[in-house]
Amino acid sequence: MSQWGSVSSLVKDVQTRKRTAKELVQQSLKTIKENEDYKAIIATTEVRALKRADEIDRQIAQGEDAGRLAGVPFIAKDNFLAFGADTTAASNILKGFDTPYQATAIERLEAEGAICVAKANLDAFAHGSSTENSDFFATHNPHDKTRVPGGSSGGSAAAVVLDMAPFALGTDTGGSIRLPAAFCGAVGYKPTYGLVSRYGVIAMASSTDVIGPLTRSVEDAALVLDVMAGKDEFDSTTIERGKEGYTDLAGNLKGKKIGLIKEYFDGLDEDVKKVIDAATIKLKKAGAEVVEVSMPSLPLALAVYYIICPAEVSSNLSRYDGQRFGFSAKDVKDIDESYKKSRSQGFGSEAKRRIMIGAYVLSSGYYDAYYKRAQTVRTKLINEFKEAFSNVDFLLGPTAPSTAFKIGQNTDDPLKMYLTDIMTVAVNLVGVPAISVPAGEISGLPVGLQLIAPQKKDRELLEMADKTEELLK
Amino acid sequence: MGKLTREDVLKLARLAKLELTDGEVEKFRGEISEILAYVEQLQKVEVDDLEPTYQVTGLKNVTREDEVKDYKTTPKDLLKNVPAAQDNQIKVKRVLA
Repeated sequence: MSQWGSVSSLVKDVQTRKRTAKELVQQSLKTIKENEDYKAIIATTEVRALKRADEIDRQIAQGEDAGRLAGVPFIAKDNFLAFGADTTAASNILKGFDTPYQATAIERLEAEGAICVAKANLDAFAHGSSTENSDFFATHNPHDKTRVPGGSSGGSAAAVVLDMAPFALGTDTGGSIRLPAAFCGAVGYKPTYGLVSRYGVIAMASSTDVIGPLTRSVEDAALVLDVMAGKDEFDSTTIERGKEGYTDLAGNLKGKKIGLIKEYFDGLDEDVKKVIDAATIKLKKAGAEVVEVSMPSLPLALAVYYIICPAEVSSNLSRYDGQRFGFSAKDVKDIDESYKKSRSQGFGSEAKRRIMIGAYVLSSGYYDAYYKRAQTVRTKLINEFKEAFSNVDFLLGPTAPSTAFKIGQNTDDPLKMYLTDIMTVAVNLVGVPAISVPAGEISGLPVGLQLIAPQKKDRELLEMADKTEELLK
Repeated sequence: MGKLTREDVLKLARLAKLELTDGEVEKFRGEISEILAYVEQLQKVEVDDLEPTYQVTGLKNVTREDEVKDYKTTPKDLLKNVPAAQDNQIKVKRVLA
């Protein structure tokens, strides 16, 4: 049982002075300290967090409105620029990067009184599915220390499940919020592309990167999303927030049509299938109509992703050149040597691998065959999702093909590691919202159920997930 | 497409401004070849007359007024992580020989 309760109840406690923001921040920092051996956290922002807590307690004492998240501590994945600690993206090349401004998402949460207390571990630059690609250290799964928490937002997911804070922020480029949520037993929300500003978040693959919450409940995820969502002048890809907002989850399941994604069940691990099947039966009993839906191009999504993602990665990581910021190699004779030495010494293996694949698929002679082709198959995927959503309200499947694997199990085989994302990447390519909610366990390890909705149906998806979560409790 | 050659990997590294050790060249040669073989499956897909998609929410040419605005972040904030700076500018080694 969590020491926090719901985010809205915490806010009420702080606003009615039953508890102070300072107590909450101290409790969060204490829990972080007690669970250090899971290595979920890169750094705390203790000094600034306590100062902000005092400020919020002062506002409340003076009868001011301290905001919809007054005094609530949270943890940000370390690819968000947030004051109070360096921003490293868990990479050696950004080690010591002194945060110069804050991400829009952080600014919006702070404007409503939330307090960032720590920065969570990730696969360096969010490249990975296990958090083992962190240039600093691997994070351990809260349910079994010998296993990975999933990735790349593995630190954020583990932190939430270990009760270090009421919520955490992650980024999801190919599954990086949903997968660790599934492996750790948290709720992980991936919004419609562009719903939350990416400004101040270290870019991975810009055409699929989104920002979202990892929480203990769908209700908490909806509240955090509601605070962050909407247009931002600093990110031209942002979209208008929905007129109804995201916190009205009052509707019910009756008459909702859910499509089981056939391609995600073909050849699925029997134990995972059992958990998802049991959930489906409960949804039917609650009045939802469940049908099977086939999207024949879905098995191609991972191949599409592993062309588009490295292409965008190679472009986004070209700024790490040893001149503007980050690690800069000493004793170099000219600028070319400075670029090469800074990048070669600063980047880890996975970043180098993706940069080179990106350089390959974008190079002249290969561009049409790889990059353009992948973007065209992407259109095919978009069309198949549209077709599916002309018949059903939501799509349903597992979040991951297995439960959390052992630390070290897949590190020597990048392709096998990439296959962990097989059920999450299509959503990013198509730009639709999706959520992973805990659906059960296999031998003590959590299984995530994934629900997917059409673009901009974020509120409806959260409403559906809220009901599903109730059924699965 | 067959396995990448050593020269292919070195060319990619050159394009990406990376220096690789001999061990890295061999490692990446195998791994990148395997990944390229996996994505090869897209070559067989029927795409008929479909156009590529680069922006999924349909936004087009998002523009803003070209005007100077004041923000909280100062040039000093933005330059504090620069390895070498002088007179509010980034200092680099000479570019032209």
